[in-house]
Amino acid sequence: MARLEVKDIFKSFGKTEVLKGISFEMEGGVLAIIGSSGSGKTTLLRCLNFLETPTSGQIIVNGEKLFDSSVKEKFSDKQIRKKRLHFGLVFQQFNLFPQYNVIDNITLSPRLRAKTAKYYGRSKSEVLGEINLNAVKLLERVGLSDKATFYPCQLSGGQQQRVAIARALALEPDILCFDEPTSALDPELTGEVLRVIKGLKSKDSTMIVVTHEMDFAKNVADRVIFMADGVIEEAGTPQDIFDNPKSAKTRAFLQNSLENI
Amino acid sequence: MNTFIEQFPTVIEALNVGFLQTLKLFFVTLAGAIPLGLVISFGSMSRFKPLSYVTKLIVWVIRGTPLMLQLLIVFFLPSDLWGGGSTSRFIAASIAFIINYACYFSEIYRGGIQGVPVGQQEAGQVLGLSKTQIFFKVTLLQMIKRIVPPMSNEIITLVKDTSLAGTISMQELIWAGKAFLKGSQGISGQIWPLFFTGVYYLVFSAVLTLLFSRLEKKLSYFTV
Repeated sequence: MARLEVKDIFKSFGKTEVLKGISFEMEGGVLAIIGSSGSGKTTLLRCLNFLETPTSGQIIVNGEKLFDSSVKEKFSDKQIRKKRLHFGLVFQQFNLFPQYNVIDNITLSPRLRAKTAKYYGRSKSEVLGEINLNAVKLLERVGLSDKATFYPCQLSGGQQQRVAIARALALEPDILCFDEPTSALDPELTGEVLRVIKGLKSKDSTMIVVTHEMDFAKNVADRVIFMADGVIEEAGTPQDIFDNPKSAKTRAFLQNSLENI
Repeated sequence: MNTFIEQFPTVIEALNVGFLQTLKLFFVTLAGAIPLGLVISFGSMSRFKPLSYVTKLIVWVIRGTPLMLQLLIVFFLPSDLWGGGSTSRFIAASIAFIINYACYFSEIYRGGIQGVPVGQQEAGQVLGLSKTQIFFKVTLLQMIKRIVPPMSNEIITLVKDTSLAGTISMQELIWAGKAFLKGSQGISGQIWPLFFTGVYYLVFSAVLTLLFSRLEKKLSYFTV
């Protein structure tokens, strides 16, 4: 279980301020981030994964300051890569590597890391065997054992996203982030992906899910954050947010979401 | 007819020698321009603006002027550098061809690299891959798949462009064919050897077309 502290994150693109002071803490469990498009949810996830550098603020994982804007230090590519590995990210568009089959997609990064680390002083075949075995187990976990040698173009969107989840898990991140994991899927395929994410929930896991699936946020998340215009408008348990929203913006958002249904 | 049959072996032998030069120039150009093109494309995509501007300027000049002119400039401008021999003509032609084709290739590469969705690079980043690993393990093959059709076009053009090296008297295929017009090895005033060179170009480009379609087929196991 990981502890994440996000303190006063600001992020601007040119003159546009997208995040205007985001602070929250979590220790294990599932955090759902909801909010309308353009509210800054994805930017926040991208900041956590070091795909964007916050303009200011702090990101602390298990007591380790991964990002602190008050320290004017320029990190090397290698340092950023190390920090990044505390987080895993599952993209809206899956972003599987099309030229690799399912098992190679999952094992690519662990294999490259093992190679860089000179196979951790162990025999190459032993380490690669372990990496492969782990990938096979992960595929089992996402229910795709029979697709190991398939290429992404041979899979449905839902299956591709499940592979992407297995790929992110292969790095054993402290915190696994999902950026609208079902938004690019046909409605009949969202269920299989959401069930897999729900299945990952355990006492040891820590997950952040940016989602438009209100039922998922309500039934699976332990905490919900509602974002609007780059700030956390309201945060609380799913019951607080869905049954008893305090902010007018939250109420309006939920009302609209329900109307959509 | 009898004359034609008598002349045929002599002409073919001479054309083969010319074709060998053509082949040499073709492969040397590819060997130089394929990697140099990649360097130029990185230069033109560089975030360091002066480098990107200078590279784009060079590409503009090279693509905007005739290859024949470039050949003449490379051969005649540093006239002290080159002797008059066939080796120096070959080297001068190679330099001009490599630079010219590298610029064309660089633009094809740029399109190929920029055509790979940014999400692929980001997926590599969140998986902890270094920039080099992302390029070689993620981007490169997808880029190759994208650039095979335009590259095959360009490379088939190169086959025919090698004939421009005749401008600086490099004794390539057309030059060898033309020689029988003026007179060579006891044959003169004959135009058919020149026309016959077309067969060499056709066969060679047919082989290349076949190879490229095989490569395309080989890469068809995934979609980009």
